[in-house]
Amino acid sequence: MSLRDVTIDDIESLAVGAWILGTGGGGNPYLPLLNMRALYRDGYRVQLMDAADLGDEDRVGVVANMGAPLVGQERLTDSLTLARAVSLMEEHTGYRFAGLMGMEIGGANGVRPLMAAAHLKRPIVDSDTMGRAYPEAQMTSVAVGGLTPWPLTAVDVRGLESVVGRVPTWKWAERVVRKICVEYGSVAATCQPPRTGAEVKQWGIHGTTTKAMAIGRAVREAQRRHDDPIAAILGVEPGKLLYKGKVVDVARRATEGFLRGVARLDGLDAWRDATMTINFQNEWIVAFIDGKPIAMSPDLICVLDSVSGEAVGSETIRYGQRVTVIALPPPAVFLSPSGLDHVGPRAFGYDLDFRSVFSS
Amino acid sequence: MRRIGIDVGGTNTDAVLIEQGKVVRAVKAPTSEDVTGGILDSLQRLGATGLLNNGRVDGVMIGTTHFINAVVQRRQLTKVAALRLGMPASASLPPFCDWPEDLAQLVRGGVWMVEGGHEYDGRLFMPLDEAAVVRAALEVKTAGLKSVAISSIFSPLDPSHEKRAAELVAGIVPEASITCSSDLGRIGLLERENAGLLNAALADLARDTIAAFEKAIGDSGIAAPLFITQNDGTVAEAGQARRLPVYSFASGATNSMRGAAYLSGLSDAMVIDVGGTTTDVGQLRNGFPREANSVVKVGGVRTLFRMPDLLSIGLGGGSHVVLDPLAVGPLSVGYRLLKDGIAFGGSQLTTTDIAVASGVLDLGDRRKVAYLDGETCRKVFAEAARMAEEAIDRMKTEAGDVPLIAVGGGAFLIPDRLPGVSRVIHVEHGDCANAVGAAIAQVSGECDQIFKDMTRLDAIDAARTIANDRAVAAGADRETLATIDSEDMPLAYLPGNSVRVRVRVVGDVAAG
Repeated sequence: MSLRDVTIDDIESLAVGAWILGTGGGGNPYLPLLNMRALYRDGYRVQLMDAADLGDEDRVGVVANMGAPLVGQERLTDSLTLARAVSLMEEHTGYRFAGLMGMEIGGANGVRPLMAAAHLKRPIVDSDTMGRAYPEAQMTSVAVGGLTPWPLTAVDVRGLESVVGRVPTWKWAERVVRKICVEYGSVAATCQPPRTGAEVKQWGIHGTTTKAMAIGRAVREAQRRHDDPIAAILGVEPGKLLYKGKVVDVARRATEGFLRGVARLDGLDAWRDATMTINFQNEWIVAFIDGKPIAMSPDLICVLDSVSGEAVGSETIRYGQRVTVIALPPPAVFLSPSGLDHVGPRAFGYDLDFRSVFSS
Repeated sequence: MRRIGIDVGGTNTDAVLIEQGKVVRAVKAPTSEDVTGGILDSLQRLGATGLLNNGRVDGVMIGTTHFINAVVQRRQLTKVAALRLGMPASASLPPFCDWPEDLAQLVRGGVWMVEGGHEYDGRLFMPLDEAAVVRAALEVKTAGLKSVAISSIFSPLDPSHEKRAAELVAGIVPEASITCSSDLGRIGLLERENAGLLNAALADLARDTIAAFEKAIGDSGIAAPLFITQNDGTVAEAGQARRLPVYSFASGATNSMRGAAYLSGLSDAMVIDVGGTTTDVGQLRNGFPREANSVVKVGGVRTLFRMPDLLSIGLGGGSHVVLDPLAVGPLSVGYRLLKDGIAFGGSQLTTTDIAVASGVLDLGDRRKVAYLDGETCRKVFAEAARMAEEAIDRMKTEAGDVPLIAVGGGAFLIPDRLPGVSRVIHVEHGDCANAVGAAIAQVSGECDQIFKDMTRLDAIDAARTIANDRAVAAGADRETLATIDSEDMPLAYLPGNSVRVRVRVVGDVAAG
């Protein structure tokens, strides 16, 4: 088994790349990044391993924070609480995890598994279950694979510890843990249902931590050289430039615990006469140009600051911002009929047949 | 209404007298090392014609870069005791955790973290550990620290823990100046706490500076209340500015834009403020600068201040000019313009020399720049115009041509026609736009918090009431209050009808 050392500079890049893969949601990884800087200063280190190096019988802990990003901005993120969610799961199941992985590479949860890994001295498996961020817990490759949705642990920093022993479906898992999370104050450190090495190898979305680091590194190097950071992203990822414009309106509404809405952009440069609208449910879901859908989930729609190349989130996008919209290819697992049932446009209430911007 | 506006800049102290809405007189004096001298000097020039001898002055409004410069230049800062109420949460990210190390070394007097704080819905996060606060206060006293910054989880929603802790600390260290993060606004513990720490670090400087301002006004014989201008183009009474100096960080640029709006009579336009070294481009909406919505770094520290969204480029009246290949700025002779420029007998070619050579300005000795031919001057002006055009285009938020107001001492660099601009407006007294902006400043109040189980409109009403009360507390006349910004955002994941509302109101300074 080969373990690769992760440097703090890799993690700086990971934070930038994970925010871009958050496709508008997942929360800004700044606070997890601060935690990692502090942990590295104190001598903690993290290593990365490939899923292929897992034994079939190995067990892997799946780490994620759940809750409202706004609450996270006040209560911050404690690395020990995340580690406790994992060790609680080990106590409950009797497993000793060979490695930890993230539920979603997109947003702050793309960095948080490293916080637990640093304390618990386990490697990070270079895979996740979304390849981006999605709003709901059943929107994962392991749910598409029909893998067991239990047990789950949820921990609050004040010593509140919950174990959800068994649920019949992923939807139930989402509902029950969401309730616990609300009681905790709308934030909880969770360990998602553990996976076997064989499951991770079959159903994980692989290489995503490395991918986020590569994207982040490209952006940071372009910023340093005063080059175009968006061209730099498209240099390391087979993405497509969709649109350049300025934000002219953002309408938001909270429904069923999600932030839904529409951002409207007026075009610049080659798109001067075209209007883009992007519908979001925490994450960017469908993008239209002049009313015609041109990109939709599971394609990754990334809205980037045209100057810095860094991600613009659906919670923070605002009037007047200059943004560039690109698409990145979706994980293959979501392109099957079952995958599209979980995360295709109809899973978000759009009566559209999925058509990838990469399919032509 | 008679008001005096003063802008204490790095080079000049500008002062204007405004009477019944008109600029009666505008003067410039060199900024002095001791602050007081420059202000006194400019007040004396303003009153030289006997203008101030009769009739009352309703207020002296001063804008200054003292506080931000202290942070940027790491000088005159007070050591701060940081007290955070929020344990056991947030322990891994203590106060100062994202500060540049050099600044943290200067300011960090000690860090204490105790149990306390609230939830997003007003429930207790943890009861306040008063015994621990008392222990912390005793240690602060022993350490000889005189400035304390208190922060608490979700204190913008419920400041009671911060206020109680402040009482306890004041009981033990009565001479301490205490900053509560809830007085500095928004959601986001680290950024709000950073604002509190910076504010506490400025405690001594704020006291001394404002005392110096008051002395200068007193020495000039003017009996008028002192107001200090703030980042958002409004003023605070001297007492509040002494308590919350961070709100007066970026007032220079804001005052210029507000002054530009006033002098031109336009409330929606682009503004270009061309100084000696840099040019700031911003956008006026409803007569106020459009604010940056994102995190603003001050001296390397992340904060969430209300700051105008500005683009600064290295172009000004003192910019170095290189003729082959043609380049303008970013280097500048700055305040040495009248010594180092060629037209003034120096050796550095500047944009002002070009303006003198082409007859745009009548300064210095035109013969010294006679070697610059018309074609050369035209090319330099074209380059300056290109730089301005690019900056304007980057800051525009709507397609189509917009009016542009050109102010500042270097406004001669802005031509009467620019692509993307419907018309360029040069205004009388435009070189003192910042002092004019200070003179006309209003008082604001802001509310930014989460409301639960209310209709959206009720929540906005509740927020407006809080903002109105805060504006009145800051010195506004309640009758003149108007809402200038209202934004509401429903909160994903939170149960019930949770909505975060931000409302900002402004009003005229209350008379007497």
